Amino acid sequence: MEKMSGRTSQLFRGSVTFLRKCLFNVISIGPIPDHIAFIMDGNRRYAKKQNSAEGAGHKAGYSSLMSMLGYCYELGVKYVTVYAFSIDNFKRRPEEVQYLMDLMLEKIDELLEHEGIINQYGIRVYFIGNLKLLNEPVRVAAEKAMKATAKNNKAVLLVCVAYTSRDEIVHAVKESCKNKRRELQTHLGSKVANGASEGVEEDKKMGLNKGLVIHDAQDDGLEGSEAVEKTDRMLYKGEGNSDDIATRTCKGLLEDAEVREKQRKLPSIKLVDVEKHMYMGVAPNPDILIRSSGETRLSNFLLWQTANCSLSSPAVLWPELGLRHLVWAVLNFQRSYQYFEKKRKKI
Amino acid sequence: MEFREMTWKAYYYISQIGNFVLQLLWHILHLIVSIYYFVVGIAHVLESNLISSGLWKKYKAFNGGKVRYLAIVVESEEAYQTSRIIKLLLWLEAIGVKYICLYDAEGVMKKSKDAILEELDNVTIFEEAVEKDKLVSQNCMTLEFASLADGKESVIKAANLLFEKYMKLADLDGDQEEKVFTEAKMANALKAIGCSGPEPDLLLVYGSARCHLGFPAWRIRYTEIVHMGSLAYMRYGSLVKAIYKFTMVRQNYGK
Repeated sequence: MEKMSGRTSQLFRGSVTFLRKCLFNVISIGPIPDHIAFIMDGNRRYAKKQNSAEGAGHKAGYSSLMSMLGYCYELGVKYVTVYAFSIDNFKRRPEEVQYLMDLMLEKIDELLEHEGIINQYGIRVYFIGNLKLLNEPVRVAAEKAMKATAKNNKAVLLVCVAYTSRDEIVHAVKESCKNKRRELQTHLGSKVANGASEGVEEDKKMGLNKGLVIHDAQDDGLEGSEAVEKTDRMLYKGEGNSDDIATRTCKGLLEDAEVREKQRKLPSIKLVDVEKHMYMGVAPNPDILIRSSGETRLSNFLLWQTANCSLSSPAVLWPELGLRHLVWAVLNFQRSYQYFEKKRKKI
Repeated sequence: MEFREMTWKAYYYISQIGNFVLQLLWHILHLIVSIYYFVVGIAHVLESNLISSGLWKKYKAFNGGKVRYLAIVVESEEAYQTSRIIKLLLWLEAIGVKYICLYDAEGVMKKSKDAILEELDNVTIFEEAVEKDKLVSQNCMTLEFASLADGKESVIKAANLLFEKYMKLADLDGDQEEKVFTEAKMANALKAIGCSGPEPDLLLVYGSARCHLGFPAWRIRYTEIVHMGSLAYMRYGSLVKAIYKFTMVRQNYGK
């Protein structure tokens, strides 16, 4: 009897897989998204519904995640991003945060050890976010996982931990500024190495002592922040652009020629610089963003990258999210595909 | 040889037929989806008419003022229909929404700002209200106009402001570096360039897909995003329903 039921359940699973493959073959006639993002919302509510502990909700969420990933990669989606833990979530009760950290550690180790989905689909794993905010063991495990899967190139999984969009934007700006400053200093350094002429010497004075020169401007009666504030106010009122204003502020101390020299020297940060340094710069922008539990907000997730992304909000909790919701989101994506292509071409 | 050719041909025809069947199934699937949306569309029209007529008690008494800041994102091609935008604004005024940001990617509404303001009385522009420090004004509606330039480009301009501050640091002390680049400093920099609009509570998208079309990313952290359909089919009842639903939402903000 048991053998029979075992065999029938195998047959059942086999036929379900076959039907799913047929369905995916039909859907693949239309455009398949390159990148899908998920906000995994509703684990705690699920646990409440089932009258079990919160931890059970998160565990159910994890198995739901695994099956979703399986469906996505089977369908041919190359990049999948999931919102695992937000910087805002650190505000939760310490026991819950600790539980989630432990769960993450357990699951990262599991992912690497067994012949699971990672090897099946050749997935490269990235951990996206401000990893310095995580505790030591989790951060080490995450870095180990990224290193171990670095050679995989068939599909990509981006797990957002300790991530918020605003933090990502500020981080990207910081990195581009640091980069630009380094570029500037090596550029000036190389100029000096090329043999000194008077003009170049002056460059050197300007460049390497730039800090000093501008510092003097601060001593000129205006405190650093006041100078910036004055600059700010003038900018706000629309009087001239930032280069212009920097000039006027320093004018008291520097000769006009030197000022013009300085203006030419300070390069500006461009959009490409900032986008290059975003945590999510390793993947293209998402085509579909699915948030479970029916909430319609993005909660600080991929705000920068979703300008032309189809947003979907199925009204089921994350552990209950199934194939049909994914299929629905992809069909809607196919319906608006021409519309989004036009938008992308414009940008 | 002939046999091989025959099997090859047979294989070719079978795969062609298979492909044809798949394509047919795909079209049928999408037809089913379209029929579903058609039926849902009719249901929405009926519902909206019921709400507008005032027969539905649930939607009669709710506080439109709970929406502290509302953003309207319009598909740029539809934004040329200024009369519809004005109608929408009048509806919002009737509901009791005071602060509205009108966004479209190409800045079409920005250009027709004067035409829009002419048709409405008791309205001020956001920038003027900020200057006069009059954001808590009771009687008039405050409008803000935004476009793609107020999104990513403003962040870049703010980044350049922070870059200037950063370059002024005489020594690269890690701590000092951290102090220049914080979310608060970024917010101040954005304010300095004049892109300091508040974060909307609710964002209504009038277009063919549910997508925020590049609304300034810095401002939509916890904004509820609702798709209202095309501007050509806008309805008062749907607007009321969307705002009512918003007043019923409870956010945890991550906790």
